[in-house]
Amino acid sequence: MIKLRADTVTRWVVGGPPFLFLVLFFLAPALIMVAASFRYPGEFGGLAPLFGGAPGGESGLTLENYRVFFGDRIYFDIFLKSFGVAAVTTLVCLAMAYPLAVLIARSPKHRRDFMVLLCVLPFASNFLVRVYAWMIMLGPFELLFTKFAVLAAMVYVHLPFMILPLYTNLEKHDPTLLDAAQDLGANAWHRFWRVTFPLSLPGVFAGSALVFIPVLGMFAIPEILGGISDWLVGNMIKESFLGVRDWPFGSMLSLMLTLCVLAIAGAAAWVARRGVARA
Amino acid sequence: MALLEIRNVTRRFGPLVAVDNVSIAIEAGEFFTLLGPSGCGKTTLLRMIAGFDLPDEGAIFLDGRDMADTPPEKRPIHTVFQSYALFPHMTVSQNIAFPLKMAGKSADEIASRVKAALEQVHLEEKGTQYPHELSGGQKQRVALARGLVNQPRVLLLDEPLGALDAKLREEMQIELIQLQRDIGVTFVFVTHAQPEALALSHRIAVMRAGRVEQLDEPSKIYGFPANRFVADFIGTCNMLESEVLEASHASLRLKVQGLGEVVAPPREGTRAGDRGVLALRPEQVRIVAPDSPHELKNHFTGRVHDLLYVGGVTTYIVELPNGTRLQALLPNSAPGRATFFEVGDAVRVAWRHDAGHFLRD
Repeated sequence: MIKLRADTVTRWVVGGPPFLFLVLFFLAPALIMVAASFRYPGEFGGLAPLFGGAPGGESGLTLENYRVFFGDRIYFDIFLKSFGVAAVTTLVCLAMAYPLAVLIARSPKHRRDFMVLLCVLPFASNFLVRVYAWMIMLGPFELLFTKFAVLAAMVYVHLPFMILPLYTNLEKHDPTLLDAAQDLGANAWHRFWRVTFPLSLPGVFAGSALVFIPVLGMFAIPEILGGISDWLVGNMIKESFLGVRDWPFGSMLSLMLTLCVLAIAGAAAWVARRGVARA
Repeated sequence: MALLEIRNVTRRFGPLVAVDNVSIAIEAGEFFTLLGPSGCGKTTLLRMIAGFDLPDEGAIFLDGRDMADTPPEKRPIHTVFQSYALFPHMTVSQNIAFPLKMAGKSADEIASRVKAALEQVHLEEKGTQYPHELSGGQKQRVALARGLVNQPRVLLLDEPLGALDAKLREEMQIELIQLQRDIGVTFVFVTHAQPEALALSHRIAVMRAGRVEQLDEPSKIYGFPANRFVADFIGTCNMLESEVLEASHASLRLKVQGLGEVVAPPREGTRAGDRGVLALRPEQVRIVAPDSPHELKNHFTGRVHDLLYVGGVTTYIVELPNGTRLQALLPNSAPGRATFFEVGDAVRVAWRHDAGHFLRD
């Protein structure tokens, strides 16, 4: 008989359900997506059968999707543009959120919760409604369907995701450290650059990931507020599935996007570790 | 001229007067202590010296120069914080290098001075470690090295030993004294621990409610307390409520409530009819068997109420007929003998005619 230790049982009872959930609804679909990217599209959407399809129809496995993807520069360009938009959005969010997060973190305790509440208040109304609201605002200025409209809405929608991790990090900083730095001769710039900023890097990375990754996959904002030239990877994926109903091609695009994100996350982690080791 | 002069400094927080017209002159090379219970204003005073706070009235001078318009980062005064405030993202060496870097020293000079500072606090091996990898005592040393490395005119220490356990605290006290003596930097030390203040300082300012109650050498503070608060706060003190019957140049005749008359040393400005306390240190009170001969003027019989054996000495608490309890110390100099009297024993307490101080209310 196997004797179970109490902490083992606890670990499974506590960790089991979320683990099971993630396996069923995250890992399995991801694997299905990987498999789908090597197949042919079905006649009316979905996937063509793996074996013995209709006469004249395609069936089995194929590298066709990848051949198309790597064979045409347009996909590389749209990936590049998506990463560019995500990077700019992230930087603008960071530049706007950092001072605000510092301000909240250094406010009196009773006022902080209220200010955080204000930051998340936009979530109380529907995301699409808010994006359409931008249409109304930008319309009169003839800014609709421009790059600016897309970027402005991207920043607007994702700003709270940058503020919150930054605030959570900055709020934990020991204020005595800034006193100590000042006492030892550091002016305001040095106190920020040598103490506050390096200590806030985990918050900067967390916030950046929370903005960068969703922006990469975003399709609603470019579709509603942008022109056709402002389409991003997300729009292409959405169009593959819902427009031309080529699931395998959409799966391949999704997989490529995921791989790119993983590569960037890995590179960022590597840089961060090196940074810590050097600092 | 004093190195650091605090002149008529007052600091108010709303209705609270945290520092009340304090004047202190601290000499170069001095180990000066601000001692007092929490809330006495010592930390506020320290923050004003560092520059984090400004006096409402009065001024602070360093080398004769008013510091009012000099921000903390420009003052040649560094602080060792109670929590050490080491930068967690920097190694020990980087922490110590920080003030040098801020002062714009060259890389070569920084390297050599960090090395010297590490040696000074015996942490040569720890330069590449991070603060979280250090013990409390090691963090303390890093904080000291960081505070001293750029040769400040004054080093402020805000209860720096408060977080250490008793044994380590004693070791650090000795190290602090040696360090201060070696480098000759003026230390201004803030503490509420009176044994620490007595052991470390050249001079002590005892503070209460924003005011300096007494400013003197440790032996004077302990031996000649200026008032009831100082006598009570510094060390242990027996307080006998009494009234002056007769005051002369040679002695005082006191009437101790419910006990009788005693003779005490004279004190300037004391007149017959004054009320106050006779402050007697436990080590000044002799305790003997009731029938043993003695030649002391002040003596009373009582009963041992309790005793506390602490190794080197035993503290006896003797209850006198009027209910007053007196503490008396008896050194355990005879080996193997811990107690001379037991609880309930009748004993005689006695003290010299020139022991203790009458402190007027």
